Amino acid sequence: MGLSGLDIFKQLPKTNCKECGLPTCLALAMALASGKASLEKCPHVSDAAKAALGAAAAPPIKLVAIGAGEAKVEIGDETVIYRHDKTFLHPTGVAVDLPATLPDDELAARAAKIDAMVLERVGLHYRPDMLAVSQRSASAQRFVEAVGIVARSSRRPMVLISSDAEAMKAAAAAAGRPRCLLAGADKNNYEAMAALATAANCPLVVKGDDLDSLADLAQRAAGLGVKDIVLDSGARQTSRVLADLTQMRRLSITRRFRPLGYPTVAFTTEQSPRAAAVQAGLYIGKYASMVVLPLTEPHHLLPVLAWRGNVYTDPQKPIQVEAKVNAVGAVNPESPVYVTTNFSLTYFTVEGEVTASKVPSYILPVDTEGTSVLTAWASGKFSAESIAAALKKSNMEEIVGHKTLVLPGFVAVLSGKLQELSGWKVLVGPREAAGIPAFAKSRFGNLAADD
Amino acid sequence: MPVGIQKERYSSKVGTVTLGALPESGGTRTRTVTVGGDSTMPFLHFEGEMPNRAAVAFEVPDIAPPWDESLKRFWGDVWGDPAAWARKAVEEHGADLICLKLLSPDPDLGGTGPEQCAEVTRAVLGAVGVPLIVIGCGIADIDNVVMPAVAEAGAGENLLLGTATQDNYKTLTAACMVHKHNIVALSPIDINICKQLNILINEMNLPLERIIIDPTVGALGYGIEYTYSIMERIRLGTLQGDRMLSMPVICNIGYEAWRAKETKAPAEDFPGWGDAIERGTLWEAMTATLFLQAGGHIFVMRNPEAVGLLRGHIDQLMVSNR
Repeated sequence: MGLSGLDIFKQLPKTNCKECGLPTCLALAMALASGKASLEKCPHVSDAAKAALGAAAAPPIKLVAIGAGEAKVEIGDETVIYRHDKTFLHPTGVAVDLPATLPDDELAARAAKIDAMVLERVGLHYRPDMLAVSQRSASAQRFVEAVGIVARSSRRPMVLISSDAEAMKAAAAAAGRPRCLLAGADKNNYEAMAALATAANCPLVVKGDDLDSLADLAQRAAGLGVKDIVLDSGARQTSRVLADLTQMRRLSITRRFRPLGYPTVAFTTEQSPRAAAVQAGLYIGKYASMVVLPLTEPHHLLPVLAWRGNVYTDPQKPIQVEAKVNAVGAVNPESPVYVTTNFSLTYFTVEGEVTASKVPSYILPVDTEGTSVLTAWASGKFSAESIAAALKKSNMEEIVGHKTLVLPGFVAVLSGKLQELSGWKVLVGPREAAGIPAFAKSRFGNLAADD
Repeated sequence: MPVGIQKERYSSKVGTVTLGALPESGGTRTRTVTVGGDSTMPFLHFEGEMPNRAAVAFEVPDIAPPWDESLKRFWGDVWGDPAAWARKAVEEHGADLICLKLLSPDPDLGGTGPEQCAEVTRAVLGAVGVPLIVIGCGIADIDNVVMPAVAEAGAGENLLLGTATQDNYKTLTAACMVHKHNIVALSPIDINICKQLNILINEMNLPLERIIIDPTVGALGYGIEYTYSIMERIRLGTLQGDRMLSMPVICNIGYEAWRAKETKAPAEDFPGWGDAIERGTLWEAMTATLFLQAGGHIFVMRNPEAVGLLRGHIDQLMVSNR
């Protein structure tokens, strides 16, 4: 188990020099204890303290980087089993698998498509992170060719999937980029794969037949100098994969079992893309540090990537949008003004419905520290005062040529005071955002945009 | 190197609830459905039991619903005919349960009264042999008039009736007591209110094994993670011995998923999102499968293809991983 903040503090220089970026040595000690900082941040720590703290301060699951530069993907370094205990930290890396058996033009086209793919929803941009090339039944020569074709069509970090160490060596060269993930080592080839990974400074997937053999093999690979390991228990049946991923997470976090203290990878096996997406959803929530899947279409990747975004949010920190006026559609000075809160879920639900209403409008999210309409109202953060101040600060009066706003129906009670404080006329809107299109049609139908 | 499997030891398990009554128990159902009984976090067969499979309820509206038109490709021929709709859900799509949703008492959707609602309940009971869930329109004063009549119409059938909330649970609880039904206890993504409502209902002497928790689900992309975490906490609390959280969980997937534009928006509105049918089907399916992972027991669904995906996933997860 890890040391407490105070145990760690005793070993630090206690000079409060601030060179680690934190105000005091105690603050660094607390950050180390919760796995949020590494001991390397302290330039003055003694070697004795380093040795004493090293093992305890190392994260229970190593952080492994795949690729380099802007597109680099970092996986692992998780600290909890359940997200409500703190938060999940490093979103599951998503690698799209392209079989080497595909024809050249198809490989190039799919790689280019994934490379360019940006899925936008609720103001967020989702991307599949990596491209994998799997040898499957292809010859070694074909595998290397395929890796070259994909490499020329994409800048994403790459995962190379073959158990042939010779082919892997040529493929890593053909990929022409640093830190490809080599997948990987098994009981038959681990010495050659470990040598290759060490020489090329690449992370290496180690694949067992079960957890026992995996722990054994991972230790051997580490003994051969491989620093960055990604674990594959070898299981492919959905329920078995769930059990193994759960065990690896528990063993590394609750028992600090070092041989399995690395990120994990899961491979979908379902044949239909829909079922593969469902399977990937399970692995993302249940502990896979990265997932390799065969999906190349936006309609299959969108729900998978949305779920990854959802489950890796910090449960203690609501997501907020900037509290500034946003225009929806081709607005003009007559356009309606909707007021809501800056909780992203609330804001984007309102924005979606305002868009659907086809009446160009302004939306003013009031800073409620990321809380929803009712919560913010109850805590006094969404009040006549705060709304009036937001109207003033945003210069709403100058932006539109009228002084009428739409207030969420749940806080109709604020109308009178708001009218008095701001001088704006208040229209009480629907309670649920879903009612906005009908509301807009009846109130502002004359302002609707032409189709 | 033997790693020593980490098994959690739990002191308790999820209660079981059986819905429906066979003729020998005073009902007319041809089968019953039992959910719950889990003594582990979901699908960790290596450390506990999952004795009952998660169940799928098809949502059947009592009148032509204001649902997205794209659902007509499955239900167009029975749109507005609840008995035929329920029969189709059972015979063609293998529904474990029917969830009759009473829209018509809502004044904006017809404003029907208790007699009509009792009648439609009888009609659906007559059309299918599976157990029935009946959910009111959600307007408290109206539900309090309609649901007692529904409870009476289904007397002996061991129905699941909803929805009880913290502010409005007494009438429905009393109706479930008198006519021996089960109750859906709805809390707003809040584990404390969830527990409190179960206590309040139980204090009226409805046994714990006749309560089902509705934790309020959000759709994928619309706050799903909030309920996901609440459901994990409910299950952990249950396994650690909190009896007032130990009821099976119902997830109202169809309604929530079909509020999301990702489920229904046509491809031309969001060309970057690809095919609308694939996206929409997967949106409902994954909203369900992700809650399956968090500890859901009954899934109320609309799209039969999404149900197919959910069932296939349940099959895979019910394989032992000991």
